[in-house]
Amino acid sequence: MSDQTAAPAQPQRRSFLSTLEVDTRLLGMIGAFVIVCLVFNVLTDGRFLTPRNIFNLSIQTVSVAIMATGMVFVIVTRHIDLSVGALLATCTAVMAMTQTQILPQMTGLEIGHPMIPWITVLVGLLTGALIGGFQGYLIGYQMIPAFIVTLGGLLIWRNVAWHMTDGQTIGPLDETFLLFGGINGTLGVFWSWIVGLAAAAAAAVGLLMARRTKVSHGFPVKPMWAEVAVIGAVIAAILGFVAVLNSYTVPDRVVARDLARWGCEMAENCNAAYGIPYSVLLLIVVAVVMTVIAQRTRLGRYIFATGGNPDAAELSGINTKMLTVKIFAMVGVLCALGGIVASARLGYHTNDIGTLDELRVIAAAVIGGTALSGGVGTIYGAIIGALIMQSLQSGMAMVGVDAPYQNIVVGFVLVLAVWIDIQYRKFSGAK
Amino acid sequence: MAAPLVELKDISIAFGGVKAVDHVSLDLYPGEVVGLLGHNGAGKSTLIKCLSGAYRKDAGEILINGKHAEINNPRDARAHNIETIYQTLALADNLDASANLFLGRELTTAFGTVDDGRMEAETRKIMGRLNPNFQKFHAPVSALSGGQRQSVAIARAVYFNAKILIMDEPTAALGPQETQMVAELIQELKREGLGIFLIDHDVHQVKELCDRAAVMKNGQLVGVVKVDEVSTDDLLAMIIAGKKPEHLAA
Repeated sequence: MSDQTAAPAQPQRRSFLSTLEVDTRLLGMIGAFVIVCLVFNVLTDGRFLTPRNIFNLSIQTVSVAIMATGMVFVIVTRHIDLSVGALLATCTAVMAMTQTQILPQMTGLEIGHPMIPWITVLVGLLTGALIGGFQGYLIGYQMIPAFIVTLGGLLIWRNVAWHMTDGQTIGPLDETFLLFGGINGTLGVFWSWIVGLAAAAAAAVGLLMARRTKVSHGFPVKPMWAEVAVIGAVIAAILGFVAVLNSYTVPDRVVARDLARWGCEMAENCNAAYGIPYSVLLLIVVAVVMTVIAQRTRLGRYIFATGGNPDAAELSGINTKMLTVKIFAMVGVLCALGGIVASARLGYHTNDIGTLDELRVIAAAVIGGTALSGGVGTIYGAIIGALIMQSLQSGMAMVGVDAPYQNIVVGFVLVLAVWIDIQYRKFSGAK
Repeated sequence: MAAPLVELKDISIAFGGVKAVDHVSLDLYPGEVVGLLGHNGAGKSTLIKCLSGAYRKDAGEILINGKHAEINNPRDARAHNIETIYQTLALADNLDASANLFLGRELTTAFGTVDDGRMEAETRKIMGRLNPNFQKFHAPVSALSGGQRQSVAIARAVYFNAKILIMDEPTAALGPQETQMVAELIQELKREGLGIFLIDHDVHQVKELCDRAAVMKNGQLVGVVKVDEVSTDDLLAMIIAGKKPEHLAA
C-alpha cells in the first residue's frame, strides 16, 4: 500500500520499480528466499535446487503455510494463537479415530468405503471450527487475552488428543485420505500443465481486468509495457514452478507398483513424473481464498481496520467481538486442513504430530512481514515466510548442520527478519 | 423556529457510582451549532457518546425529529443520520482514505466483494469538494497530516448525509490554517441545514463558531446560553464557577 503513493500530478523521476508498481516488500522477501536457496545449492553441490528437493520442500511447507495464512488474520487483529499445533493434533486425532474406528464400528461403513474420507474431512473441519470459534468467543466476548486462552488451549488440546488416542499411533489411514499427504497424491504431468495454464490465464485476466476497472474510473494506470512485464513475470513463475514439479520423474520401482496410475505399460523407460501434489494445490486454493478475503471482502476490510484501530472499527459499527470469533474459527478450520495434510503425509496420526507448529506458524507469519503491533500483514508473505523457514531447516539438514545449530540459526533469522522489516518501514516512511 | 432536530431529555449515566452525567437536557435545531464546554471530566463527552451510541444511557430519553429514538450502539446512531467526528479515534491508520471513508458501509460489487474502484472514485469526488488539494488516495491515513485526516473524517460524515453531526474537539490537533479550513467547513454544513454539536475547550472558538453554548460541570448542566449574549469571560466563569452570569440568571 505504502509504496503506491506516487500521484498522477507528479511526473518526476520515477524509478523502474515504482513504474512497475510491484510491492518492493514482496520482492525483498522473494529475494531473501532466492538467496537462501542459492547459498544452500552451492553448499550442497547443486543438490538443493533439484526438482526432487523442490518437490519435497513444497510438500513439507504446506501444513505450516496453510495455518500461517490464518495466523496472519490473528496477528493483524493484535491477537496471538499459541494453540495451533495442539489444535492440529486434536483435529488429526478426531479424524484418525473417525476413519479407523468410529465410522467402521458405529455406522457399519467398512474400512475403504468411499464415503469415509469425506465424512472424516468434514468432521475434522467442524472440530477445528468449533474449537477455534469457542476460543474466539472467550477472547472476543469474555475479554480473556488471546495469549492466555490459547496458552490454555495448547495444554488442553494437545492432551485431549492424547486422551482420545491413549497416546497411540492411529493408522493406517484411508487410502483416499492419504492422497492429501503429498507424494501419494499428485496431478501427473498432463493435469499439472492444465492447472498451470489455467492459473496463468486467470492471473493474466485478473491483472488486465483490474487495469480496465482503473481506466473506467479514470484513475492513473502504469504504462502498458510495465503491465505486460508484470503479467509476463507472473506467468513465467507459475509455469516455471509447474515445469520443475513435472520434471521430478517417478522412479521405475515406484511406477512398477502401480502402472495404471502413471499410465505406463511397463516400468522401464516410462518417464512418468509426479507433477503438482494435491496438498500444494490445496495450499494454493487456501492462499487464493484467504487473499480474496483479506483484500476483497468486508470481513477482510474489518479485520485490517480492527487491527489498525480497534476503537475506530468499533465506532464505525463493526462488531469486533463477532469478528474475533470468526477469525479464530477460521484458524481452527485451517488447523484441520493443515492436520489433514500433516497426518496424510505421515500416513498416521501420531501423538506428537504438530508439536511446536505454533511457533513455526507464528514465525512464518512474522518473517512474512506481519506486524505484531497489528494492522499489517499479507497472506503471500506468510507463505513465503513458511517457505524460508522450511528451506533453512531442510537446507541445513542436507548440509549436515547439527540439530542445535539448526534451531539457533532459525531463531536468529526470525529476529533478523523482524529487524529488517522495522528498518524497511522506517526507511519507506510507512507505519 | 423549526422543531428541534435532537432533544436529549433528562439523560443520566453513572460509572460505578460516579454520576458522569446527571439529569441533563439539551436540544439542537437544524442549521445550528451548539458548543459543549466544560472541564475535563465535566461529562460533555460522556453525554454526547450517549447520542453517538458509544455509551448506553442509564436513564432519560432521546428524541430525533420529535420521535423517540433507541440508540444502543454506533450502528443505531448512524441509522438516525448521526455522524461523529472524533479528535483521534475514528480512523484506521493502516487503511487508505477511501477504506476509512466507507468503513462499515463499504460499496460492494454484484459478487458481494468490496468495490475499491467505485469507492475510490466517490472518495475523489467528495474530497475534490471538501479539500481539493488532497492527492494521497493510496497512502495509509497515518501518512496524512492532521488536517487531511480531519477532512477524511468530515468527508465521511458529509458523504453519508449526516443530519446531526457531533464533533469532538475537531481542531485540537490542527495548525491555524487547517483550523480555518475546518471552521469554513462547519459554516458550510450549517448552511446545508445540519445540526452540529461541537465539543471544545476553547471558549473563543466556541464563541466564533457556535450559536449557543452549553456548559457542564461535574456531570450537571450549568446552563445554555446564546453566545451573542455573553462574553468569553462569562463563558469562562460558567465553566469555572459553575454559575450562570448574573445578567442572564434571572
